[in-house]
Parts: sequence; structure tokens; C-alpha cells
Amino acid sequence: MQSWLPFLPEAASTLARRVDALYLYMVAITAFFTVLIVGVLIYFVLKYRRRVAYEIPQPIAGSVKLETMWTVVPFIIAMSMFVWGASVYFAQYRPPANAMEIYVVGKQWMWKFQHQTGQREINELHVPVGRKVKLTMTTEDVIHSFFVPAFRLKADVIPGRYTYYWFEATQPGRYHLFCAEYCGTNHSGMGGWIVVMDPTDYDNWLSGNANQESPVAAGQKIFQTLGCASCHGQNGEGGRGPTFTGLLNSKTQLEGGQTVEADEAYIRNSILNPSEQIVAGYQNIMPTFKGQVTEEQMLLLISYIKSLSPSQTSGISTTAPARSNNQSTGGAATPATQSSSSGNPDEQRSNPIGSTPPRGNQSSPSSNQNSPR
Amino acid sequence: MDTQVEQFEPVTPIDSRVNYLNAKYGIKSWLLTKDHKRIALLYLASISVFFLLGGIYALAIRLELLTPKGDLVQAQTYNKMFTQHGIIMVFFFLIPSIPAVLGNFLIPIMIGAKDLAFPKINLLSWYLYMAGGLFTLWALINGGVDTGWTFYAPYSTTFSNTYVVATGLGIFITGFSSILTGLNFIVTIHTMRAPGMTWFRLPLFVWSHYATSLIMILGTPVIAITILLLAFERLMHIGIFDPALGGDPVLFQHLFWFYSHPAVYIMILPSMGVVSELIANFSRKNIFGYSFVAFSSIAIAVFGFLVWGHHMFVSGQSVYAGMIFSIISYAVAIPSAVKVFNWTATLYRGSISWDTPMLYGLFFIGLFLIGGMTGLFLAALGLDVHVHDTYFVVAHFHYVMVGGTLMGYLGGLHYWWPKITGRMYPESWARFAALVIFVGFNLTFFPQFIVGYLGMPRRYHAYADEFQVLNVLSTAGASVLGTGMILPVVYLIWSMRYGRVAPANPWMLPGLEWRTSSPPPTENFVATPVVTWEAYEFAPPEELRIIGKFEANDRPDHPIETPPIAGEALGS
Repeated sequence: MQSWLPFLPEAASTLARRVDALYLYMVAITAFFTVLIVGVLIYFVLKYRRRVAYEIPQPIAGSVKLETMWTVVPFIIAMSMFVWGASVYFAQYRPPANAMEIYVVGKQWMWKFQHQTGQREINELHVPVGRKVKLTMTTEDVIHSFFVPAFRLKADVIPGRYTYYWFEATQPGRYHLFCAEYCGTNHSGMGGWIVVMDPTDYDNWLSGNANQESPVAAGQKIFQTLGCASCHGQNGEGGRGPTFTGLLNSKTQLEGGQTVEADEAYIRNSILNPSEQIVAGYQNIMPTFKGQVTEEQMLLLISYIKSLSPSQTSGISTTAPARSNNQSTGGAATPATQSSSSGNPDEQRSNPIGSTPPRGNQSSPSSNQNSPR
Repeated sequence: MDTQVEQFEPVTPIDSRVNYLNAKYGIKSWLLTKDHKRIALLYLASISVFFLLGGIYALAIRLELLTPKGDLVQAQTYNKMFTQHGIIMVFFFLIPSIPAVLGNFLIPIMIGAKDLAFPKINLLSWYLYMAGGLFTLWALINGGVDTGWTFYAPYSTTFSNTYVVATGLGIFITGFSSILTGLNFIVTIHTMRAPGMTWFRLPLFVWSHYATSLIMILGTPVIAITILLLAFERLMHIGIFDPALGGDPVLFQHLFWFYSHPAVYIMILPSMGVVSELIANFSRKNIFGYSFVAFSSIAIAVFGFLVWGHHMFVSGQSVYAGMIFSIISYAVAIPSAVKVFNWTATLYRGSISWDTPMLYGLFFIGLFLIGGMTGLFLAALGLDVHVHDTYFVVAHFHYVMVGGTLMGYLGGLHYWWPKITGRMYPESWARFAALVIFVGFNLTFFPQFIVGYLGMPRRYHAYADEFQVLNVLSTAGASVLGTGMILPVVYLIWSMRYGRVAPANPWMLPGLEWRTSSPPPTENFVATPVVTWEAYEFAPPEELRIIGKFEANDRPDHPIETPPIAGEALGS
């Protein structure tokens, strides 16, 4: 229990202060109008209080001029709020190109994290300060919502699809992670901590937890175990089934003439509902893997398939917005102005994963999106 | 009360005259009545019971939140408590409250009709309401439901082990009560207005109920369909919402909010109608910009159907969809702002009384102002991403629903209490209670704005320690509010027997409801009224006569003993 009452929560991301600024703007407008109207009300109620019973004051019909004024002025103010709110929203939901990727799987009632470098965590996520981090999130059961008040950001985590969340932490520290969408009995217990660390501390943390398999290597194992190789080739080069080389974010021609953007959602759907989107020139022979692949394994498989697209280094988030219906907020990002363009001071330390102490399973060259080549 | 009213105090007890209350006696005369006024009282009794139940849940929730740890009840119990609080308050109190009680009682009288267009359907509505309510209560007694009042899939369809379908069915049945009430109001307002009662002479209370009825009949079927789909998926595993069955969980949210956002306007519009009456009548001024206030109700009803997506800014819907819903949400705020400005302007150079109904009317404006303005926070995309599903939202909608709807309901109940019961409520007790409720309400919900922005998510059984101070304040406020709510229950019931006998027109107002006796006869008016005055056209007491010819012992009820002027009031 604190002895003082804070008005704003601690701010630990690049966008937090932008949200606060918008908030304070709206608080100011609200305070102004509340004081104005309540002040006028009190003044009228005192000044024009009933002095004689049943008196009949002079009727006033109204005034079109005044009506117009108090329609137009609030509308203009409301539009300023809309524009400001929308601009912050765009920044919040467009993941930058060069972000370090982490997979998140929500589950009643815990958060599971999978780093590209192999580390897995539950209910605690370690991230470096000053790096853009992009979370690709899904859930094994019900809807959850990933909420870090210090980042002023939340995004729902929805079964059957991927949603995205990005931030750049600015202050080392431990910050609350909450589940904000009611998810059952222990909803309020589905929380944890985001641990933001100095880059050197973060490197130490990484090396101290380095003996884990990278998602690409783990994904490759699943690829073998499930027998995908028999049709898609030992290294995904194709066969009876389509190739995975260069697949990610390519335009894929489907039977029936449609084209689809081969993003994560597409790959996931092709594994679970293979007959739904048949690649042109191939037969509808693949069985469904529904029930055989958990959400976590799915992310590992996707990670492996992504690693087979060497031209794709910047992650799916930079793709054009024209994609299938099941797009997510993050997926709708436009390609143009990514806020993380060059000139950013973070560029100097933009590849800590590659620079961290080596680990055995960094075998495949393009194993993760941020690794340099 | 003003002293001058005393001289109009009836010398004959009201009971000596036949009115809707004493026309017949016996349980059957109530349960089989087709009189809209008696049906309104049936609703009043039943929604009061539901309100009490919902209030008890609210106090239990606040008590649990006194400490950060979940130590009073178990998590599952807590989840059921907030779910049931929400379901009861929304579906069984807020939605029916003003339309089914005050609207039912007053709309026919205000337009000069003998009853609603379909009296039997009106009674059927009450039975449907009771059937749905009892069904839901049965589900709650048997184990309850823990999905939140929003029933989000796939939690509600696949994961929850509680009485989801039974509760849903209760809401489904009650929905038909809403639809039929809306239909009844629309037909009545269109076809049964008294001679001379043109659309622009209608009290604004009637306009706002017209808008509400439109939403009821257009929106409610959607929630009915949604509940059925949910039941199909839950019982028969037809994949509609659960992705494991091939469904789409966000589709549920679209369907749910397509009704439930307009439902918010079902709750607030009637209250706005009440407040228009209170502000105009208790300042004895015609409402400033009548047609702007009337059409703003219609604008709210229309725009209200186009903003449901603002509940889903973080649900993974496209950024562009979010922008459309955000801009329309701002558009729907404008008609509400217009109303607030017009109410304020109405007071200018008025003759403002400080009676209890007016206090509630003024409280409504202040609280709705804060509730409405904080709605703008939630419509701002980038800000909603932070405050969505936190206590900020909880505070916002309680300011609108409790600060708005409940204040309007209480104000209206006091205002028309003499008409409904024929007795005056005790004025000083009522003023005191209104103040206690106002203070308790603000103490309960204002801290929740702050704790919400600090990041406390809603529907949390246990919470982080740093949120405690504000939660303690909120719980303290809830106990003040709870105490304040007991007062009207006590003094209103007391007044039914011991209150001063009310004259026909205790406030000396021009509305049609004040031109019949208190309580009115079963057929509302002894003779068909002919309306020759505009809405809120205030007149000296001697001109505000009871319509029609009354028996001799009714005369003392009449403010001033002048015979009715031929041609104006005598329909027969």
C-alpha cells in the first residue's frame, strides 16, 4: 500500500508518454466543460431559485444560433480527440520492421513465452531496454488480453489466430503484466512481470539460460516427427506438396485463381485445414493436423518454415495490408512509414541476439528474423 | 413543498373516490389486470426486488475488494457475483426500469389515451419479464453463471461449467418483454394521441420513449439470435464461435455488441426523457430548443446502432474498422452534448425549485456529464488501448448507468409519486436521501477512474497491493450509497399509507398527467382531453383544471374551485 496516490502509472515504453499526453488533453477538456456547465448550473439554480410560488417566467423558445454553436464546437473538439487517438493507435498497432520477435501463448491461467534464442519463460518476460520487441500471440483456450500498464498497451489474444503487440521499453525495471480479458476462475491470477533489463544484464540473462533449443531447431524436429518431409521435402524444398523455400510473405496462387499472402495465419490454416486453401497445381491430399499440434508447437513449426525464406529478414509485419480476412490488428499494418527507420539510435545495438554468446542450435543460417547475415 | 399548496389540501380523503387503485380488490384483479397503471406497479414491485438483489451482489463485490487478496469469497464465487450483478442490473433492472414502470404508467396519460394500444400484450410483457426473471433466478440458485454479463465466447460456449444456457434462456425470454413493450409504445404514440396532441406538443418524455422503443424492437431480436447461437454451440457443438469447432470468437463480440451497445441507449434515453421533464417543469420554463432535444433522441437511437465496434478496439479487428467506429462514436456524443446544453439553457431565467425531483435532475446532468465525457476517452483509439477492460470502463458506465439512469429513475419516481400513489413523499427525508446517494455514488465510482488509469483490470478477484487505497475509498462510498438507497425504500413505502394526501396537481404543472386526479381513474380521464396548449406551456393555477366532470366530493382535489370552461376541456 502506498502512502500517496499517484495519478499516472509508471511509464516504461516509448509510447507511454504519448498516451499520457492524450489522456491529459482529454482530462483538461473534461475538467473545463464540467466546471463550465456545473458552474453555470449552480449559478442559475441559485440566481433563479423560486421566490414566488407558481410564477410563470417568460418563455424562451430557443436559439438556432446557440444550437449550431454547441453542435459545431463540441464536434470540432471531438474530431481533435479522434485524430489524436487514431494517430497514437496507429503507432501502437504497427509493429516496426526490425523488432526482435517473441512468441506468446496464453493459457488458462498462465503466459508462456518463447524467445527466438531458445529461452522459454512462464509468467515472466525478460526484455532488453531500448530494443523494439514484437510479440506474436495466440492462445490454447479462451480469449485473453495481454496488458502492461507501464507500456499503456493491451491486445487481445484470440484462439485460432495471431495477434501482435509491440513495444520498446525505456526504463529497466519490473512491470506488471495482467490478463485484461476475463478468462475464467483464476483470471485475476493470470499475471506476471515484464522484466526490462539493461542490454548487458540482458545478455547475461540470455547466456545464463542458453542451453535451450531454438524454435527453428525445435520446429524442424516437429517437421520430421509429423512426417511433413515425406511430401514437402527433407528441407522443405517441395515434392508432392508445395515448397517452403521463399514461401513466407510471397504471393501464393491458389486453386480457383485466388492469390493469398503466405503469412503466419495462412501457414497455420494450411496445417489445420489443408483442404481450405489448395496451392495451384497441387492435389488436395494433405490430412489435417488438427489436434496433433499444440499452439506452441505450431509457432515452432512456423518459425522453422519462416527460416526457409532467406529473403525475408524483416518479419511478416512489413507486408502489405492486402491479406486474407482473418487478419489481425497487427497484420493490417501498412508497409510505408515504419517508425523504426534508420537514424534511430537503437540501430547500433539492434542485434543483441546475434551478438550474444553462441549456442549450439543456431545452425540454420536465417533461423531468426533478427539475426544478421 | 410550498406553503400555498397547503390551501389546496383536499378535505375529503382520496379513498372516497374511485381510482385505479381502489377500483377492484384482490390478487386476481392485479394479476389479470389490463390497466397499464396497475401493470406499471407490477413492474415496479418486481424490478425493485431485482434491484435489491443486484445491489446485494454489488455490496458483496465491494466488500471483497476491500483488501487486495481474494480473502472473502473464492475466485469462482466472486466471478459469479460480478456476473450475476451485471446480468440482473442490466437485463432485469436498467433496461425495464424507466420504460416499464414510468413509461407504462405515464405514456397513455401524457398523450391523453385511456390505455396502451394493446393492453393484453402489455400484461403478457410483464409475464414474459417474470418468466425470464424467474428462470434466471432458478439458474442462479442452482449454481449460477460465471461468464461475465457479456458471455464472451469461447469461454461461455466451451469452457465454463456453469448455467450459461439457462441464464441465457432467461434473458432470451425477457427480451420478448422488451420487444412487445416497444411495439406497444410505438403503436400507442402513433395512433392514440388525444385530439390536439400533435407530435410537437408531446412531452419530451414521450419522444425519448419513442426513440427507446425503436431500439427495443430493432435491437433486441439480435441478442435473442446471439443467445440461441450460443446455446446451439454449447449444447450441440455446432461451430459458430469456438475456433476449435471452426467458429470465430470475435463474431460473437460483433453480434453481442450490436445489441448491447444500443441497449445502453435503451437504458439512458428514457432517463433523459425524465430529466427533460424535471428540468422544464421544476424551473417552470418551456424546454430550450424543444425540437433539438426531441430529435437528438432519435439521432442517438440511429447512430447508436453504428458504434458497436468501439467495444472491440483491442479485439484484433482491423485498424481501419477501429477508426470508423471511433469517428461514429464521437458523432453519437454530439446529440448527448446538445441535450446537456439545452437543459442548462432551460434554467436561464426560470423559477427553479429545489424539490427532490429537481435535485435528481441536476445530479443527473452533473453525473451524466462526467459519464459522457469519459466515454470520449474510451472512443479515443490510442487511449482505449490502455483503459479498455480496466476500472476506468467500470467507472464510466456506472456514471452513465447509475449516475444517469438511476438518478433519472429516482427523480421520476419522486416526481410522479403523488400521481401514482395519491400520496406525497416526505420532502426533507427525500432531499437528505438524494444528497447521501449523490455523495456515496461519487465516492464509490470516482476513485475507479483513477485506479483504472493506473492499470487495474476489471473482473479481478484479487489485485495488486498498490491499488488498495482507491479500492478502500470505493468500498467506503458503496456503503454510503447502499445506506442512501435504503432511505427511499423506507420512506416511499411509509408514504403510501401515511404520506400527505396528494392533490391532483401538487406541482401546478400543465402536463396532461396533472389534469386528472391523483391517483387517476382506471380510464385515466373522465372525459377525453382536447389539447389546446403547447408542451411546457405554464399557466396560472386557476387555468390548470382537471379534465372532465367529477363528482362533488372530488372537487376539493381541484386546485381552485372554478367550473371547467365549456369547449376546452369537456370532451363529452
